[in-house]
Amino acid sequence: MTTEIRSTTWVNTDHPAPAQKPPVTEVGVIGWLRANLFSSVGNTILTLVTAVALYFIVTGLVRWVSGAFWQPVWENRKLFAVGLYPIAQMWQPAAVLLMVSALFGLSAGRWGSIMRNLGVGLAALLLLFAIIPIGAQAQLVMAAGLGLLLIGYIAGARVPIASRWLALAWVLSMPATFILLAGGLNLPALGVRWQFVPFVEVNLWGGLMLTMLLAVVGIALSFPIGVLLALGRRSKLPVIKWFCVGYIELIRGVPLITLLFMGMTMLPLFLPSGWGNPSLLVRAMTAITLFSAAYLAENVRGGLQAIPKGQYEAADALGLSAFDSLRFIILPQALTKVIPAIVGQFIGLFKDTSLASLVGLLELVAVGKAVIQQPEWLGTPGGIAREVYVFIAVVFFVFSYGMSFASRKLESKLGFGKRQ
Amino acid sequence: MAGHAEDTDIIIVRNVNKWYGDFHALKNVSLTVKRKEVVVIIGPSGSGKSTFIRTINRLEEHQSGEIIVDGIPLTHDVRNIEAIRMETGMVFQQFNLFPHLTVLQNITLAPIHVRKMKKKDAEERAMQLLERVGIPEQAHKYPGQLSGGQQQRVAIARALAMQPKIMLFDEPTSALDPEMIREVLEVMEELAESGMTMVVVTHEMGFAKGVADRIVFMDGGEIVEIGTPEHFFTDPQHDRTKLFLQQILK
Repeated sequence: MTTEIRSTTWVNTDHPAPAQKPPVTEVGVIGWLRANLFSSVGNTILTLVTAVALYFIVTGLVRWVSGAFWQPVWENRKLFAVGLYPIAQMWQPAAVLLMVSALFGLSAGRWGSIMRNLGVGLAALLLLFAIIPIGAQAQLVMAAGLGLLLIGYIAGARVPIASRWLALAWVLSMPATFILLAGGLNLPALGVRWQFVPFVEVNLWGGLMLTMLLAVVGIALSFPIGVLLALGRRSKLPVIKWFCVGYIELIRGVPLITLLFMGMTMLPLFLPSGWGNPSLLVRAMTAITLFSAAYLAENVRGGLQAIPKGQYEAADALGLSAFDSLRFIILPQALTKVIPAIVGQFIGLFKDTSLASLVGLLELVAVGKAVIQQPEWLGTPGGIAREVYVFIAVVFFVFSYGMSFASRKLESKLGFGKRQ
Repeated sequence: MAGHAEDTDIIIVRNVNKWYGDFHALKNVSLTVKRKEVVVIIGPSGSGKSTFIRTINRLEEHQSGEIIVDGIPLTHDVRNIEAIRMETGMVFQQFNLFPHLTVLQNITLAPIHVRKMKKKDAEERAMQLLERVGIPEQAHKYPGQLSGGQQQRVAIARALAMQPKIMLFDEPTSALDPEMIREVLEVMEELAESGMTMVVVTHEMGFAKGVADRIVFMDGGEIVEIGTPEHFFTDPQHDRTKLFLQQILK
């Protein structure tokens, strides 16, 4: 406890000293308020100005929401959900929803972490729509989905399903979704035409269902393509390298909307003859996937560059093959480092699907536009655009925020135990 | 392997040259290492000692000369390179553990995927190695949660898990706090006693004196002098060696 040491030699006889409690400072609510909101004159002014602004925004919003005319949104709920999909065949999208719920349940039980977060989000949505009186049958489907999710969760937690089988189930769920929604398989290029119910043409698919399809397919396909492009860009083989660089720079130099229009008008030119005319949906998906892959490649490249040379050398010195080194050492670290960028990219892709409305697909925004044009709301004072677009914005926000939240969870989980 | 049983030379390096651009980093380096021998390479920084040790397992490519490890010539053939890497373990100055894997996973990864060992067997062996380097209780932690000395001991265990015939150490204690150098050197001493062939680049003169069979002194990309510890420290021949020893033993 010496405060002054003037002698040339000195020994601290108290060492090691016991750790002491930090000094008692202002704690509690008052302390927090003072420290965070009123710590200085400037801060106090800011706090007051913000409070006043918040007051006006919140009260204005509450007044508008409670007085707003929600009937158009409510009465078109089926249109917002699935577009023009025939009522008689609604069990098909319902089956897809049930399949996805069960898969989410199993994955949440088996893998936990991010899957559990996403599962909880889905469960909340299903519960919400099982309660809101959107229609007896639809509510029943929602309740069944919730049930399957819970059963899947318990099963996934109890039964040790191999991860690879579950992953395979997810991969297969994609074509299964398309077959279920279409009511069969129609591939003129392969001469396949099989149906178990009357075909539902893709131009009848729409609403949130179509938005989700565009986004999920775009994400699932652009991710592997993007990773391959990023790796290709670092390749020592000039042909591969320059192809990847060319592709990435070309695509990044073009707005998505031009790609979408090009997909509509030019895609058949690049396909072998006999492949016929891909549907609007396939064209839009191709454009979105190719677009997203180029940006993703650049994000992944950033992650690859952040991996120290020593990691490659350690993998080499252990005798790992180049492929194993990538698979076990380099990519897991590189991708972890760029999760925020990649998820940001996916959120962007999800919202960009709204551009598909401009090339004739009836996704969420296009449904909104159609609803606004409906004759029965023509006389409404002030129109109904505000309500419709606020509703669409809320839907986009819920899913975007869900992705953002899951990404933060994933980051903190994968960042565990690291010093860097 | 049987063909080389009588062959006592496990590493043969003949007239190796390496350039970085115009810079001549290794000049006609020749050295032979016998089985179970411990060779310590010392020299000022920039003398080419790290570059030299890294050419042995092809982390650096040499442009001329010949390197033969355990009878396998080091050529551009990927199969030869991978075979040599399976025979040689390497420990780096910066540890280079895989930060996203636990200690146990760090050690078992290569045995499982390169040696095709069963996961259970690999883990059993990893635990034995962790016992050997004195930190079995850290098996399920991540590298970032360990001290530098512990990380380097894990790195040694990871290299040993591949059951190499040769261990290469590239300045294994240079990035450690003084208090942790000892624990790593003790593991290396034990390894030398067990009969492992070792090539060690280090600045630890105590280790060189106590453990090395031969000491190699490098300067300017060349081997200047080779000798037993007694001769090397008490009766150096070359003026450059004398000057170096004067500087560090002052």
